[in-house]
Formats: sequence, structure tokens, C-alpha cells
Amino acid sequence: MKIKFLGKELKNPMVLASGVLGNGFEILQEVHSKGCGLVTMKSIGPKPKDGHNNPTVIEWEHGIINAVGLPTPGYKDMDSEWERLLKRDFPIIASIYGASVEEFVEVGKFVSSKNPDFIEINISCPNTKNEGMVFGVSADSSKEVVRAVKKVIGDIPLIAKLTPQAANIGEIAKSCESAGADAICAINTLGPGMIIDIESGKPVLEFKKGGVSGPAIKPIAVRCVYDIYENIKIPIIGMGGITTGEDAIEMMMAGATLIGMGSAVSYRGIDVFEKVWKEVQDWMKKHGYKDCKEIIGLAHK
Amino acid sequence: MKHIMLPIKKIQKETDRHVTVFFEYNLDFKPGQFVMLWHPRVDEKPFTISYHSEKEFAITIEAKGKFTKSVVKLKKGDKLGVRGPFGNGFKIKGEKVCVVAGGCGMAPVSPLIEELVKQKKEIIVIQGARNKGSLLFNGRFDNVKICTDDGTSGHKGFVTEVLSDVLNDGIDTVYTCGPEIMMKKVFEICEEKKVDCQASLERYMRCGFGICGACVCGKERVCVDGPVFDSKKLRKMEDFGKGALLKSGKEVDLSEYFSWRCK
Repeated sequence: MKIKFLGKELKNPMVLASGVLGNGFEILQEVHSKGCGLVTMKSIGPKPKDGHNNPTVIEWEHGIINAVGLPTPGYKDMDSEWERLLKRDFPIIASIYGASVEEFVEVGKFVSSKNPDFIEINISCPNTKNEGMVFGVSADSSKEVVRAVKKVIGDIPLIAKLTPQAANIGEIAKSCESAGADAICAINTLGPGMIIDIESGKPVLEFKKGGVSGPAIKPIAVRCVYDIYENIKIPIIGMGGITTGEDAIEMMMAGATLIGMGSAVSYRGIDVFEKVWKEVQDWMKKHGYKDCKEIIGLAHK
Repeated sequence: MKHIMLPIKKIQKETDRHVTVFFEYNLDFKPGQFVMLWHPRVDEKPFTISYHSEKEFAITIEAKGKFTKSVVKLKKGDKLGVRGPFGNGFKIKGEKVCVVAGGCGMAPVSPLIEELVKQKKEIIVIQGARNKGSLLFNGRFDNVKICTDDGTSGHKGFVTEVLSDVLNDGIDTVYTCGPEIMMKKVFEICEEKKVDCQASLERYMRCGFGICGACVCGKERVCVDGPVFDSKKLRKMEDFGKGALLKSGKEVDLSEYFSWRCK
């Protein structure tokens, strides 16, 4: 079963979430070869940035918390990676971020010249000081970023990645759609949250606060995708706590066309995409469904 | 896996540059694996294990960066956080084996040598260092073929020169850890002589469990697919001995990577 998504053909609806593994052509290729239909590069920013000191990524009882802090070589300093990516035989999403609309435009314009299949604007990172979530919690500023980036990236489809911290994520999605977004990706990590080590009495993450992911956030992700689906017509990439085929089915019923995973890689390995897609197909067969389209948005009927 | 906060049991001076930090804890571990060591509010870094028994384990560090300098100032009883162990570790195989270590690379191979001894393998150890004073664990193992850059102990020159001779002696497996340039040369010699090689690599790490991508070396994640890679994998790893990612994710050549890492 091949999937058509915004004019591109994907081998399946599984997506590698941004920020997970996307450091370079070879690992993206590897994830694709391990059964992932669409892989997302690590978010690319305007200037070189190291991100936070460790600890940056920590497991806890019901998921993961991270404050990696959007490290990036900067779009200007990725020549050899772009060179290899230009010769790829698999689809990619280039995720971009900035601390202002102007920076989003600057990065978006350059990145579009490298011909990614999709461009995702990260207006939802919860663990940096000036980038990310500040845009995604307001309908007006989300709209402004989408409109400005859309103008400079030609006919490359634009995906807006949203935060569950928005008071009304459905409205944010709607304003992104009205500004020209071609798809919505939801949700980014939840939070920020915090974990304190009680032996030392110190927050574990060096940045103290970080985005929460993994199974614990799935009900929130499902609700967000449900709300978004009610408000828009463009397709949704649903993610947040998905680790099994049944989770993916649930997310599709909430309204997701594609299914993203990140933390699941730590629970089930790099081939989790293949495993979950097989579980989805097995479930569909068992329940008499032939096409994902029969399930997408089913919970709204 | 969360941190376990462990009090330092003992700090042992090894050389002018190296100290070993002991913890009283039964770590479920195999040689070549590593732990993430957390100094709260300072940083967290990966370290291999240099001593291991049911009662205790230790890491050996060279005080050269901000993190290691802060750790060597700690005293007995001060607590550090430990996550792990992570990674695959060395695969014990072969009957007549050779261990090649350079500098700090002697740390991870030490528990390996002890395991090889326990399994009654025939072992040759080749250890290299700048000079006699910086030889790690001098005297801990018998019959070590020592090489120093300045000739103050053992053979004056590189471990690779000694390895070439040793490999004519029916060695079937070579284990190596040390500067990557050295390991690359060790691997090339093994390839020439058709001997299996296992090398323990080092890259900048964040999560330690294979999801962040900071330590990728081509398609391999050093934290979970490594840190030990065998000949079959090394042959395909274009970045081995050549390039690595900085903290920002920027691809640079190895010399730039190591001069940044040692700051």
C-alpha cells in the first residue's frame, strides 16, 4: 500500500519525528531503509548553535524528557550533507527554525534551494529561550511565520509543527491553514516539564526544563489531533507517544493521515517504523479495512 | 534508565595526568561498555569502565576539559550520577588475541584483558604512550609490550610497528582502543594480514540510548551500535579515522573534532 501525500509518493505513512536521529544523510537513509516512509532532518537554524550541555535527554518511568536546545551547524555550514542529500532516493522533510519571522524566512529560502520534499516550520520547541514555542502559542504569530515562509519556498509543501501548549490548538491549525500551510504536524513535545534528582536535589536536565515525550503524552496528542481535524481540511501528521500499531490506528481515527514517531525508537529500535506499519496492516486486515482512508478521522463520524 | 547517585569510594592517582575514581556498586557490565557520568550542574559525559568487580567499578580520567577538571577536584564521599551501562562491549572470540591500546585507551581494554585471562586466551598486549610517566596502569598486567614516543620505556615508536611483527605469530583477533588515527592504522594492518579487528570508538554523545543522533558515524550510532565495531562494520564506516560531528552537528575532520573535544 503506497501513500500519496501532498503530491509525493511514500512507501508507507510512517514518519521519523524531527530532532530524533536526523543528524546526516546516512542515518536518515538508514531509518528510511528500516521501514520509515518519510524522514525528518534535525531542525536547521540560521546560525551555528551547540544546544545545551548534558544531561539533555533522559528516560523516566513513562517516557523521555529532553532539552537538547536545537543544535545546528546553521544552514550555511552543511554543504557536504546537502550534497549527499541532493542525490537521495528517499523523501525528506527539512525542519527549520528561527528566533524571528525574518530568520524563518532566511533559513526557509535557502533550504528550499536544496530541494527537500517538504519544509516543516518548528514553531513549537519548548526548550529554548527565544526560538520555537513563542510563535506556536499564538494564532497571529503562527500565521505570520507560515505566510512569510510560504512566500519564499516556491512550490515545496509547508508543514506547520504545533505545540500542545497552545490554548486552542484547533484555532492555531486553522490560522496556519488560512496562511497557506499545506499540512499540520502535531504534537511537538509537551511541557516544558522537569525532573529533579532527589539524591542531589538538583534538576537533572542542565537546562532544568525540557519537552516531555513518550507513551505518557499520547492521550494529549490524540486529543490535539482530534481538535485540529475538526478545524481544518489539510492533512495532519499525528505524533506524540505512538509506539504500537494500535496507537497508530488510534491516531488515524483522531484524524492523522501520517503517523510520526521519535521516542519509540528507544523502546523498540530503529526498525520500529517497519514493526508499527506491519501491526497497522495486520489490524486493518483483521478488522476488514482495505485502505487507511477508511480509518482516518473515523472517531469524528 | 535514570541516574543512580553514587558516593566516590576512593580516588587513585595513576599518572601525573590520570586519576581513577572508584564506586562501590555492582554494575551489570561487560568490557567495552560505558556509563554516562553526571556531575550535577556541570555536565554529563560518557566514560568507559577501567576496573570492574562484583564489589566495585571505576572510571579513569585525564583532567583536560572543564568536566574532567571538575571531577578530579572531588573528594571521597562526594556523589556523582551514573547512567548505564550503555553500548555493545567487546565480543570475546578467538584463541590467540592481541590487545592494542594507546593513551587513555588502556582504560576500556583493562577489564577486557582480565576477562580474556579468565577465559584462558593466549594474549599479547601492546601499550603506547607519550612517555614512561604517562603510561596508564604500568605494572597492572604482565608481559605488556610497551611503546613510547620518546623511548623512555620500551620500544621507541608506535604500537603499530610492534603490531605488524606480532601479527605474523598466528593472532586471530585484535582488540584496540586509543586515538582514532592509531586505531585506523591498526585496522589497516589487520586488513592486510586478514585478522579480525574490534575497535572502540568515541564520539560526542547526548542520550546514550540511540535516539538523539549526536554520535552517529555514518549510519552507525556509536552509543548503541557501538562503541565497539568489528572489521565488517569498520570497512563500511567512511567516517572511521576521518570525520566526526561537533556538538552543533557540524561535520568536521577528526583533527578538528579532537582539538574541540579536548578543550
